[in-house]
Amino acid sequence: MTIEIDGINKSFGQFQALRDIDLTIPDGQLTALLGPSGSGKTTLLRSIAGLENPDRGRILFSGEDVTGLHVRERRVGFVFQHYALFRHMTVSENVAFGLKVMPRRERPSKPEIRRRVRELLEMVQLDHLAGRYPAQLSGGQKQRIALARAMAKRPEILLLDEPFGALDAKVRKELRRWLRSLHDELHFTSVFVTHDQEEALELSDQVVVMRQGSVEQVDSPLELYSQPDSRFVFNFLGQVNALPGAISGGVLRQGEAWVRLPESCDDDDAELYLRPHEVRLTQEPSQNAHLPFRIEAINVIGAEVRVELRPDGWESEELWEVGITHSAFNARQPGRGDRCYAVPDVGHLFCDHLSEPKTLSWYDSAG
Amino acid sequence: MSSKHHRVGDGPLIRRTLIGLAVVLTVLFLFMPLVVIFTQAFAQGWAGYIGNILDEYTLHAIGLTLFVALLTVPLNTVFGVFLAWLVTRFSFPGRRLLISLIDIPFAVSPVVAGLLYLLLYGSNGWAGQWLGQYDVELMFAWPGIVMVTVFVTCPFVARELIPLMQQQGRDEEEAAVVLGASGWQLFRRVTLPNIRWALLYGVILTNARAVGEFGAVSVVSGSIRGETNTLPLHVELLYQDHNIVGAFTAASLLAGIALITLAVKTIAEWRQSRV
Repeated sequence: MTIEIDGINKSFGQFQALRDIDLTIPDGQLTALLGPSGSGKTTLLRSIAGLENPDRGRILFSGEDVTGLHVRERRVGFVFQHYALFRHMTVSENVAFGLKVMPRRERPSKPEIRRRVRELLEMVQLDHLAGRYPAQLSGGQKQRIALARAMAKRPEILLLDEPFGALDAKVRKELRRWLRSLHDELHFTSVFVTHDQEEALELSDQVVVMRQGSVEQVDSPLELYSQPDSRFVFNFLGQVNALPGAISGGVLRQGEAWVRLPESCDDDDAELYLRPHEVRLTQEPSQNAHLPFRIEAINVIGAEVRVELRPDGWESEELWEVGITHSAFNARQPGRGDRCYAVPDVGHLFCDHLSEPKTLSWYDSAG
Repeated sequence: MSSKHHRVGDGPLIRRTLIGLAVVLTVLFLFMPLVVIFTQAFAQGWAGYIGNILDEYTLHAIGLTLFVALLTVPLNTVFGVFLAWLVTRFSFPGRRLLISLIDIPFAVSPVVAGLLYLLLYGSNGWAGQWLGQYDVELMFAWPGIVMVTVFVTCPFVARELIPLMQQQGRDEEEAAVVLGASGWQLFRRVTLPNIRWALLYGVILTNARAVGEFGAVSVVSGSIRGETNTLPLHVELLYQDHNIVGAFTAASLLAGIALITLAVKTIAEWRQSRV
């Protein structure tokens, strides 16, 4: 089922939670709503479910206007952040609830309900816990029961509010993979809210980045990471190294630092953004870039050695971070306080007079 | 340095003194009066006790008291659940004020409450005068007694439910609605099971107070024997008649209700702590 959101606005008193949201969530895909807290992502999810009534705008499921439809008529599955399992019911009673409250004419027979519940519990691999109460379950188990309960009425839309937020890292990773495979098997349309960039990029087909009640960018995870539309998205998705400065004669300059731009640019204030893997670390400046640093910290844990750098003779708001291979690290053995230079391979230039960033590459020019 | 270590304030002398003091005070002020009530009530033996209870006016007082409780308790149960639901599930201007207003009956002396009702609904009060035109007399009759009892006992259920419902939040209810539950199914299958022990506790307290209320009722009832005399008022009347054994017999019934209330309350609290 395709979900279309058409000009949704929602305020809570003075606070505008959603402003003019237009969005299409494609059928059968996993869409992530990503943003910092207070960006309106949960309000948007709850509006799709019907738990919040937007002040203005429409919501359509497969072209049909459901804005005026009550929550219970929308037939969506919803998984709450803190699971919201019924504490006085057993696991199987929880899963059966949605079927038991159906009007008598539509309700499946008792043996049919029992069969469906068993099926659902097998799907989440927890059929051995049917008689337990929610208080006797671990966080990961509760989450899976909440999912089974939401799937009981075979909804075509599944909405998840921070589904893995309250779980520890290992369980989270496991559940993420499991949800992905469940989704690939059953092909429902799902939307999940998260503030975890990694989770959004790993799990989803499409990511909606939100900021202060508005949609900032909608794209596939790959596009989003390699071609962010704005400084906010760039900053929000992973580590970023920034060189703020002024362009003059094709050179971006600030203090002792300068970078010769491979393409012609008008003179303006600008900021160059570089991902950690788009920068190399050298002992001498290149002819295209002069970016002096002092090594601030070295972290050897992980697939790469991460080196934190403090600008030397110029300024940036945050420390730079560059990854180098363990073999390169072992060959050179840099230490804290050493002076070194960064050489960019690819960068993203945000000029103040342009709304879109410009992606630059130094690969062709002799570096 | 001694080989035994004590926490601050945990010396054997202090401990024994405090425990001893608590026991003495409990026996003196709580247990002895209870024993006295029953020994006095049974001063003329079982036959005398039964005889005193079967007294026409005592039987009527018992009947009226139960009748008042029977009307008050369901009324305030519904009112309390409704109010608790309102202030914990919706946000509206004046919500905090409403939560504070619930406590008025606790803050006001029951005698003052009785007097207010008398002034408002008595034959000289402005509501009473209007009702008088239709030959409706609320004061010095059972409706008046029910009205002040409802007033005095209305906070108990709401006061028990509000903190619990605030703490439990609305997540489970939202989950139930998303799963297709109607308003009644939601209340019956999700809300009520979650609040049942607190609700029972509130109902028990309401009942205990409704049965035992003296001050407010004495102002509006007129204490007409065999007509508007409730059990607590009856105790006082018998005592003023120098019918000591009769007074203590009636009092023992109230004490009995109190003991049952205590037992049920303990069970309710224990069950609630397990949920």
